[in-house]
Amino acid sequence: MSKRTVELELATPGVDAEGRPARVPLTAATAPTEPGLNEEHMLVNIGPQHPATHGVLRLVVELDGETVVRCIPHLGYLHSGFEKLGEYRHYNQIIPLTDRTDYLSPMSNNVGFALAAEKLMGIEITPRCTVLRVIACEMSRIISHMVWLGTTSIDLGAFTPFLWAFQERERIYDLQEMWTGARLTTSVTRVGGLMADIPDPFVEKLREFTRTFPKTLGEIDRVLTRNAVWAGRTQGVGTLSAAEAINYSLSGPMLRASGVAYDVRKDKPYLGYETYDFDVVVGEHGDVFDRYMVRLEECHQANRILAQALDRLPDGPINVDDPRVILPSKTRAMSDMEAMIFHFKQVMEGVKAPVGEAYVGIENPKGELGNYLVSDGTAKPVRWRIRPPSFINLSALPKMAEGHLLSDLIAINASVDIVMGEVDR
Amino acid sequence: MTAAPPVPPVPGALRTEVARDGETVVFVARERLLDAMRWLKTTPGQEFDYLDDVTAVEFRDRERPLEVVYFLRSLQRRVDVRVKVELAASAELAVDSVWSLWRGADWLEREVFDMFGVTFRGHPDLRRILMWETYAEGYPLRKSFPLRGRFSRAEQVRQALNINPEANYSLDELSIAEAAGDLPDDMRDRLQRGERGVIQDPPAP
Repeated sequence: MSKRTVELELATPGVDAEGRPARVPLTAATAPTEPGLNEEHMLVNIGPQHPATHGVLRLVVELDGETVVRCIPHLGYLHSGFEKLGEYRHYNQIIPLTDRTDYLSPMSNNVGFALAAEKLMGIEITPRCTVLRVIACEMSRIISHMVWLGTTSIDLGAFTPFLWAFQERERIYDLQEMWTGARLTTSVTRVGGLMADIPDPFVEKLREFTRTFPKTLGEIDRVLTRNAVWAGRTQGVGTLSAAEAINYSLSGPMLRASGVAYDVRKDKPYLGYETYDFDVVVGEHGDVFDRYMVRLEECHQANRILAQALDRLPDGPINVDDPRVILPSKTRAMSDMEAMIFHFKQVMEGVKAPVGEAYVGIENPKGELGNYLVSDGTAKPVRWRIRPPSFINLSALPKMAEGHLLSDLIAINASVDIVMGEVDR
Repeated sequence: MTAAPPVPPVPGALRTEVARDGETVVFVARERLLDAMRWLKTTPGQEFDYLDDVTAVEFRDRERPLEVVYFLRSLQRRVDVRVKVELAASAELAVDSVWSLWRGADWLEREVFDMFGVTFRGHPDLRRILMWETYAEGYPLRKSFPLRGRFSRAEQVRQALNINPEANYSLDELSIAEAAGDLPDDMRDRLQRGERGVIQDPPAP
């Protein structure tokens, strides 16, 4: 960063000749200092136990004064070996692992894995299941963006939006609990369907949410978007051009904030997203502020999709009619010989997938979540690869942070929207 | 499943396949990988400008070669292609890095190196990424790696408790902090040699 003279107008307690408080221009000049005084760089270690790194991320930062010269991320503090564990489990047994990767949007992780397994096995899911999965994905998008908004605003010194955002998240969590019995570890999907249909008051409660949620978004918008402190800390910080964003393989809001209109839901549609009416939110400058605007607007779009999905939710079964894939009901397994055999074979042997490989990418709140499955014909995958969106988005952090101030590094790191369960897997 | 689009002549292509999800898979000779990737990225009409993912697959069948898989996408044309390089078990596990074409390959290739031990020639900073730098049990996603690790639980705990905090920094970082001089000699030598958790294969039973 070049040395420059900064002229600031600051209010001082003095008064001028007319009795008004005098405004004295202060010149914060970078005066030439003793030679050799600025040459020493400092090494600062941030994390892995630091609230501003959003998890167990560790950053080693080389500083010249307060300017970041180099930023070296260290990962792996939450590495759990999910991909290795997956090679020892049946396809349905992997689904609880997917909850724990991106634990801020567990339902859409479940959906992403189930879609990949179904593509591998050539299973067509039922219409009701498709719409319910869309609802699961968009609910996840809202809660994930709410956590992002809340924590990022705290990082930059605004506490109130955090409370509003977490209140809304709580309402979705109540819905998830109503549906699956769990708030965080939902495991909502099964290969070929869902673990349960939605309970009776669910549609009504969700409809009420979609009606009232935009009000909160409006309040957050009012308190942040035109806020001088917020704009000052985020505009022009951590800028990435469209070409750079593509070159760094970024995805999701990070890519779109840089002006690349790529959304998996539009460009490689799954779950019938092409039939929903929603807009792809694209930024312009690729800075922290645009990433905030993209995520805020995506909440509105997710809310639109939820309302449409509720309107079209068809009746019918949630699971495919295939006893080799779907467990029979408990009562049938206890009373019907054939059902009991299917139950036994599925629990003991698992669902076998044909030889081959399949990749399904879905638009997760944090970017493109890919699930790549390779099968050798047995009930356990040879390889289960998660394309982790926040891992890849985080890889651009050194590029974005270098040359900025240390305090901007916090804003930039927050803007990536990482979740370490997924980065480290 | 839709018919795969015909694949134009990729330099170094050995054969093509259609995967179960309908995507085209191009197998490329190891020596020509960089040519093929550059051709796919820059040729008008191809324009695969987005590197979606890099990973590797090792099969349970020990005879089958290990595959390094590249997922490419053309953001303009909305088309995907999968490029694979096969590395025979007997040969050296090394391919050229595509870092010069896509910066996104940086961490993805580091992860494949960390988990499978595949070396990417020309990568500027090929270090372990998810495991720590002095991790000595091998490459976790290889089929020869037991699920619970190579060392006993007691040994793993002993190593974790005896870890020197300085070892959590790279030599590069330590030289900035000027703590490199305080390191024990053997650790400094090891870091200087660039040894990153290399272990010998366990003796045959």
